[in-house]
Amino acid sequence: MSIDPALAFRGTSLTFANGTRALDGIDLEVRPGEFVSLVGPSGCGKSTMLRLAAGFETATAGAVDVNTGHLGYVFQEATLLPWRTVARNVELPAELAGVPKAERREAARDAIERVGLAGFEKHRPSQLSGGMRMRASIARALTMKPELFLFDEPFGALDEITRQHLNSEVGNLFVRDGFAGVFVTHSVPESVFMSTRVVVLTGRPGQIAADIPVPFDFPRDPELRYTPAFANLAAEVSAALRGAKQEAAA
Amino acid sequence: MTATLETPVETTGTEAPQRKRTLWPFKTAPIRVFAPVAVFVLVIAAWAASSHLLVPEASRFLLPPPEAVIAEGLLDPMARNEILTALWNTVQVALCGLAIAIVLGVLFAVVMSQTRWAEFSLYPYAVVLQTIPILAVVPLFGFWFGYEFGSRVIVCVMVSLFPVITNTLFGLKSVAPAEHDLFTLHGATRFQRLWKLQLPAALPAMISGFKISGGQAIIGSIVADFFFRQGVPGIGRMIDVYRQRLATEELLTALLLSSLVGLCLFWAFDLLAGRVDRMHGKR
Repeated sequence: MSIDPALAFRGTSLTFANGTRALDGIDLEVRPGEFVSLVGPSGCGKSTMLRLAAGFETATAGAVDVNTGHLGYVFQEATLLPWRTVARNVELPAELAGVPKAERREAARDAIERVGLAGFEKHRPSQLSGGMRMRASIARALTMKPELFLFDEPFGALDEITRQHLNSEVGNLFVRDGFAGVFVTHSVPESVFMSTRVVVLTGRPGQIAADIPVPFDFPRDPELRYTPAFANLAAEVSAALRGAKQEAAA
Repeated sequence: MTATLETPVETTGTEAPQRKRTLWPFKTAPIRVFAPVAVFVLVIAAWAASSHLLVPEASRFLLPPPEAVIAEGLLDPMARNEILTALWNTVQVALCGLAIAIVLGVLFAVVMSQTRWAEFSLYPYAVVLQTIPILAVVPLFGFWFGYEFGSRVIVCVMVSLFPVITNTLFGLKSVAPAEHDLFTLHGATRFQRLWKLQLPAALPAMISGFKISGGQAIIGSIVADFFFRQGVPGIGRMIDVYRQRLATEELLTALLLSSLVGLCLFWAFDLLAGRVDRMHGKR
């Protein structure tokens, strides 16, 4: 492990102004080629870790190092501006950065094609299904050419089939681009299917309870979900999660 | 189902577009047209009945029946010209005041949305604007600014500013936290955040404010004219004159036409609101 981590939490703690302790002494490194899922009880600070990495919050102790300017962030909701078409939404980051129009159009078109939304460039978000909106949201993040790709529980509101499709497609992006991925989710199978490592957090304040490697090769076949090896690993994550919950309650 | 890698969107049955454009936009037209027309007919009938059945012949001039109002207020060329000319003067003042109120109000709201101290220091006075008894202020404006166009416009601006400010401010602040995060993530400048996020998001709320302000501006124009009793006469002055002459037919005509102008202004903004809602994918 000689490559520098794209994201590193070093003794990171965060206490909100109202006194709530969200995170307590988190140590975690995510390197390019790693896809780390964060699971834990509700309110354990999983999303807060992403918000720290993105710079929306500032740590009250310790440090958060982001070693790349190429940051992709996918929000819980698709967070598309309803008055903009898909294409105009996808080119927003470049537009805000002052990239010339022709160049950002081109980049947006590429990204839209990569998420399978070609032909929907002129549609408004309200004309798309939930899954398509999320694809557009991923396309927008892709225009950043992310080396660190953060996903804040992006597929929680989607139906199971759509969710599994998007799991595979994010997997494909990961295989092709080899970014460092951090994926927050409530779903144990999703965390195992997506990741090279599953990190289990305890309840508030969030601390790392377990760090479980996932050895399956990429690209992963959707049928992997129904193999005994997968089930065993999911059981292990579930057990760690139950332990984390009990610890929080105690 | 076996999902393959690189699954094209089209094969995923769960991801069909949800919305269909209806080609025939008048699906709800019958109720939207019939209901108001029915109410209109009922009100006119009640009016006619009261005038003919309840009011004795001798004092019928106090509540003339609709046909008399139409005959003497609208069909009589002299009265009609008098009323329409005055109304046009009133409308010009109102539109000018409304336009200024919209520009000023949006400007104030933007400033208030950008800094907390600006909001805290300005908002109480915006409220005062709304609570001040306009009837007492109108004569003062006459003393200070004269009785012509400009002075009347100031009255209109005063009465129509508040709805623009509050609604715009509400709209600017209604942006979802995640959308703000998105702009933070991409290092948006304050101006980019305002221009590309807050103002477009505020548009529907702003137009609701304009709708209220439109009616206020017309009332302001009439009130100023009514109390100034000087300068180019508008519909307010004519109403006063008709009142003194006991010319109830003309008085009612002036009243009805003034409301009609307010209604048209409201409709215009409603049309605009419809366009904006479609742009926002809400209709």
